[in-house]
Amino acid sequence: MSAETKQILTTDGIPLEVSLKKAERKNKIKAFLLVAPLLLFLLITYIFPIGDMLMRSVDDKMVTQMLPKTFKSMETWDGKELPPEEVFEAFYLDYKKLIEDKTFGKLSTQLNYTKNGFKSILKKLQRKMKKFEEGNYKEQITAVHPRWENVEYWRAIKRRAPAYTSAKYLKGMDMYVDEEGKIVSVEEDRRVHRILWLRTLEVAFFVTLLCFLMAYPIAHLLATLPMKYSNLLMICVLLPFWTSLLVRTASWMILLQQQGVVNDFFVMTGLVPDDARPEMMYNKTGTYVAMTQILLPFMVLPLYSVMKTISPSLMRAGKSLGGTPFIAFWKVYFPLTIPGIGAGCLLVFILAIGYYITPALVGGASGTLISNQIAFHMKSTLDWSFASAMGLMLLAGVLAIYWVYNKLVGVDNIKLG
Amino acid sequence: MALPKYTETRYRVWHYFYITICSCVFFFLIAPLFVIFPLSFNAEEFLSFSEGMKNLDPDAFSLRWYKDMIYGTKNPWGLAAKNSFIIAIFATIGSVILGTVAALGLSSRHMPFKGLIMATLISPMIVPLIISGVAIFFFMAKAGLAATHTGIVLAHIILGTPFVVITVTATLSGFDHSVTRAASSLGSDPVNTFMKITLPLILPGVISGGLFAFVTSFDEVVVVLFLAGLENTTIPIQMWTGLREQLSPTILAVATCLIILSTLILVTAELLRRRSERLRGINR
Repeated sequence: MSAETKQILTTDGIPLEVSLKKAERKNKIKAFLLVAPLLLFLLITYIFPIGDMLMRSVDDKMVTQMLPKTFKSMETWDGKELPPEEVFEAFYLDYKKLIEDKTFGKLSTQLNYTKNGFKSILKKLQRKMKKFEEGNYKEQITAVHPRWENVEYWRAIKRRAPAYTSAKYLKGMDMYVDEEGKIVSVEEDRRVHRILWLRTLEVAFFVTLLCFLMAYPIAHLLATLPMKYSNLLMICVLLPFWTSLLVRTASWMILLQQQGVVNDFFVMTGLVPDDARPEMMYNKTGTYVAMTQILLPFMVLPLYSVMKTISPSLMRAGKSLGGTPFIAFWKVYFPLTIPGIGAGCLLVFILAIGYYITPALVGGASGTLISNQIAFHMKSTLDWSFASAMGLMLLAGVLAIYWVYNKLVGVDNIKLG
Repeated sequence: MALPKYTETRYRVWHYFYITICSCVFFFLIAPLFVIFPLSFNAEEFLSFSEGMKNLDPDAFSLRWYKDMIYGTKNPWGLAAKNSFIIAIFATIGSVILGTVAALGLSSRHMPFKGLIMATLISPMIVPLIISGVAIFFFMAKAGLAATHTGIVLAHIILGTPFVVITVTATLSGFDHSVTRAASSLGSDPVNTFMKITLPLILPGVISGGLFAFVTSFDEVVVVLFLAGLENTTIPIQMWTGLREQLSPTILAVATCLIILSTLILVTAELLRRRSERLRGINR
């Protein structure tokens, strides 16, 4: 028997194997074509812009492009003594062009970021330059202001030569590159960002813990009660879940204000005197209370869906084998709920770490988080590259948490209610 | 939960302690929503209960703030409500179409790189909103869509599709593919099969995904704060501005309406979920 006769042919004479492969490929293309529109849409409007954030956060081309001749002539300068005449000439030509284009203001702002004191000497130079004669620029420039004779200012210019910088990331961690090119921290009383990062982590951690402590008993109750009661109680969890975030924040603002319901209650019960009502809003307390209530459903729902699958006979078996109810709970029930605990804690922690609206409204100055700082730089200072850098640092943190969680529990265990 | 008669005292105490804790947590969850109701009928301009309200004096209650919400001359609520509904409806339609089609592809067993693509598609749900806001703003600014309805609708489609993808994929996981094969073998083309066979069966999943997308868009502030101009103000934006600047009782009237709306959505979503579970055979 020859090899050909062994092959099974389809009715149109093509070997079955080839025909099947073709069908398989066709199915693959069909499935992919269905996903393609959404995938393309998200890539263009969402994923690439996140890449754009990365580009913006490290981009430092502005100064590079404003002083092209200067940086070229500086390539051979070792930075130990005052640069040679050709650097001064190149700088003169670059700066003259910027004055003609009326963009020299940007340069002085940018250079002032690198070293304080640039603003005034650049302005003075701009005024004096009109009377400059050709040749011997070194002498003429240094005569404008003694700082131009200080080699540190020239080193500061040279530091801005690369088109890419990590300065924004360092700033986000309250660090900077000093004159010698070493990475150092800013003075202790100016470390605003570190405080914010730590506070964000602290708030996210404690909100997650509080949510867990509150959600565990009620999820257990919901999972063990008979259907008709648990459905009714479930509304208490689901109604806040579906209600607008701003409505819930507004109700906390009403409750927690100094003349608010909670304070009225304290005064009525005599816990605090009327003239010493505690401030519960516009500080960390407000952030904690409101965020816990708002994020609580995200902890209850995953816990509930896991607890619902645990058979009550397991606890009974544990007790009948001689365990007290507490031991049966701890050794049998609790370990079975760990996937739910993991999913709930992950969800709440990640939502809390990026929270913006509630801290901005009830947090005051001491209760705002890193997201508020990002929004502040996006909307007020317009330092978009810094906002991008901070956003990406936050994103990296969130992705790291996902990665750890995936290693420990597995992302597949997450359910939506 | 009645306890058996033979329960020891310490477990009895523990049980009542547990019930008390649960009640407190439920109270903590639901009570804040109900503070808004009575205060929105306040006759005065304060956000706390007046003496009259505590004594249930009928004069202390009024519909003043509801009138202000609807007829108030300076009030932007009308424009905001119109914008909110238009944006949410278009965003929902967009999310549902894109998300359902993608979910159909994703649940095919022939789909290549399933994990990676799924991760990409649901990433807007995972990434903190503030970062999504910044990224989407950069795109819209470049595309010239900042401060337009189109831009906000597109942004909300980005945020809404993950919910549709997740709910529809979940519904399709219990879907019997032999019915579509039967339809094809009887000569139906794929579009006809989808419209007549697949869609009616997965409809509960599609609608509940759509509800999620609607609520996401209707309630979204962070991204709109970056994108919206004066013309595109929405209800959440107005509430945000109101809560930051001056707490007026009109906000409470709006909030009450929103709570009623969310109750309606909750009831619809719950009914759909039960129906879908019944179809998937989860509840027996």
